[in-house]
Amino acid sequence: MNPTAPLSTPRASAGSLGKDLLGLEELSAEQIHVILDTAVPFKEVSERQIKKVPTLRGMTIVNLFFEASTRTRVSFEFAEKRLSADTVNVASTGSSVAKGETLVDTARNLEAMRIDMVVIRHPASGAARFLAERIDSNVVNAGDGTHEHPTQGLLDILTLRDKLGDLAGRRVCIVGDVLHSRVARSNIHGLQKLGAEVAVCGPRSLLPNAVEELGVQVFNRIEAAIEWADALNVLRLQLERMQGGYIPSLREYNRVFGVTSERLSRAPRELLILHPGPMNRGVEIDSDVADGPHSVILHQVTNGVAVRMAVLYLLAGGRPDLADAAKGGTR
Amino acid sequence: MARDLLLRGGRIVDPSQGHDAVGDVLLRDGKVEACGGSLGTPDGAEVVDCAGLVVAPGMIDVHVHMREPGREDVETIASGAHSAAAGGFTAVCAMPNTRPVTDNQATVGFVKRQGEAAGFARVYPYGAISLSQKGETLAEMGEMITAGAVAFSDDGYPVQSAQLMRTALEYARTFGVPVAEHCEDMTLAHAGSMNEGAVSARLGLKGIPDEAEEIYVIRDILLAKRTGGHIHLCHMSTKGSVELIRWGKERGVNVTAEVCSHHISLTDERVGQYDTNAKMNPPLRNDEDVEALQQGLADGTIDLLVTDHAPHHYDEKEREFADAPNGIVGLETALGVNCTWLLHRGVLSLSALIDSMSCKPAKVFGLPGGTLRPGSIGDVTVFNPDQPWIVDPSRFKSKGRNTPYGGVSLTGQARLTVVGGRVVYRAE
Repeated sequence: MNPTAPLSTPRASAGSLGKDLLGLEELSAEQIHVILDTAVPFKEVSERQIKKVPTLRGMTIVNLFFEASTRTRVSFEFAEKRLSADTVNVASTGSSVAKGETLVDTARNLEAMRIDMVVIRHPASGAARFLAERIDSNVVNAGDGTHEHPTQGLLDILTLRDKLGDLAGRRVCIVGDVLHSRVARSNIHGLQKLGAEVAVCGPRSLLPNAVEELGVQVFNRIEAAIEWADALNVLRLQLERMQGGYIPSLREYNRVFGVTSERLSRAPRELLILHPGPMNRGVEIDSDVADGPHSVILHQVTNGVAVRMAVLYLLAGGRPDLADAAKGGTR
Repeated sequence: MARDLLLRGGRIVDPSQGHDAVGDVLLRDGKVEACGGSLGTPDGAEVVDCAGLVVAPGMIDVHVHMREPGREDVETIASGAHSAAAGGFTAVCAMPNTRPVTDNQATVGFVKRQGEAAGFARVYPYGAISLSQKGETLAEMGEMITAGAVAFSDDGYPVQSAQLMRTALEYARTFGVPVAEHCEDMTLAHAGSMNEGAVSARLGLKGIPDEAEEIYVIRDILLAKRTGGHIHLCHMSTKGSVELIRWGKERGVNVTAEVCSHHISLTDERVGQYDTNAKMNPPLRNDEDVEALQQGLADGTIDLLVTDHAPHHYDEKEREFADAPNGIVGLETALGVNCTWLLHRGVLSLSALIDSMSCKPAKVFGLPGGTLRPGSIGDVTVFNPDQPWIVDPSRFKSKGRNTPYGGVSLTGQARLTVVGGRVVYRAE
């Protein structure tokens, strides 16, 4: 059992994912399964007393965050540290970015320091791909504008798979601000590839005009979505969107589209409730739902670390069948 | 005294005279001396063998951005006019969104003089409709016309006040010049960076709906109907716009319209994975829009073809899609694109293509040229509509390299460009 063996030439053998993880749209069902299957043994690492394995020892990872993020950044950082990578966090404030440096220059400078991977969060759609096309390091998209947030999509799907098993034919409805949601797009692509039926529900002003062309069903009423679905993925209503005038008020939003225990009580079957966080309690989701028996929200957070460990491991050239060995054995 | 120039044995296609036959064209003293038939070679004349080539009245692009004054790092009037000549254009109209804005006689005169000094394609200045293109105060159109302005536009921005547009149409009517509108409802288009549709939904980019253009198209047609002024609608991109223009023309409104080569050839699928060389305003639309625009050209609803040539520095385009500037260079690809997508696909006849690129631009903007009638200015485009070539942006005469056609095979290429009887471009 040699934990570092598969990683001797990390970028030469890019594993089954290719160089980067930019979105779920470009992944096959098989690739998604590989990531999820690889995440399973990594979950156990986080349950140990000593939450660290030497898998990515000697690798340098930069977390390049051009947008405020707590959950995603911390989750990535834990994933990296538990795999023993050396990490540096660069936030858009206090860096050269704030001095007007372009994204491409930032990237080239980081690469000149001989880093192995970049985890990027950026407010512009396409920014992760832009970076990936210009540097040799592996790039992981930690959310690009309103495009994709693939690791969030993967952890949502892993959570659903943990609870529901095979997702083929299962019905998942994404509720809320789909227009501005990268989480929604990653979930739509990923779930559809695994054979699930996907719907969206929300005010039409918060859905893309051509949303049906993404292959989803549209519910105008949350009650109808609840009647239809096996799981609801409740999106955060980004409060800054209120300034754009997309909805009249938060109060009305809760009254019309809020996921409440009263509405859930009329569901014909047990519903799973997911939320990518951070939650606006009392707006898109009521506290008793978030904290209630249907909620798998904290399970998502736990899975987030494991999924990100799996992604980093696979991009570094790790073989999926050796993931169990790579983490130094299960017992 | 310059030498005579004899263009021998080409297929002369001049829609202004209904002429389409093999023959010679003789240019003398900057003018067309004779057109058609077999002409003898005057003493000392330069003779160019045009056998197998099309000899047409010089092509005119009424919508280009020369960037001078203000952004000479991106394009100068000289480099832009050189680019025009290399694309087969003998004249261009330079939009006034310069720095400072071309909203006064001094700047208009500067643009005109720079064009003359460059000595490639003729450069006709546009003046701004409003001071600093702010849409508040009418610019001094009368003086600008005296200085050489041929039309007025706030291109890049719409004239948001209907009252100001009404006044501009009325005032410009006094001088018999068109007012050219950039049709865009900025509240609808706000923060949009591509066509609103399936592709924008997938890419997570804010879309610009068709209606952002169409609302201004119909508003301006109605204002032209009211005032009798000449509204010229820039860079039409949607099927709906074509229908609205048709509605206006059927009612005798003094409306003319242009379409860019990229809007009759590409769709929003070309954005692909955030390719900023497919980012322009108005954005690339859908197949049905492309088809409607082509048909609009064919039936005369759309009067003419333009490029909206918009050079940018490479590192301005080398960035996040939503933050990249709008626009592509077009002067050196337009003839090839138009031949490939319109001529060879049977949308336009050769004569109709030349009409849309030469005769009609001259007529709509009241410019000299657009004809090879003896006595008219000696501006001629000689091209081979069947010449295959591959677009290599590194060879552009323009300083701009921002094109979505890099590496694309086109059929149709300028071979010789003659301005005022003088060869300003000769293909290798």
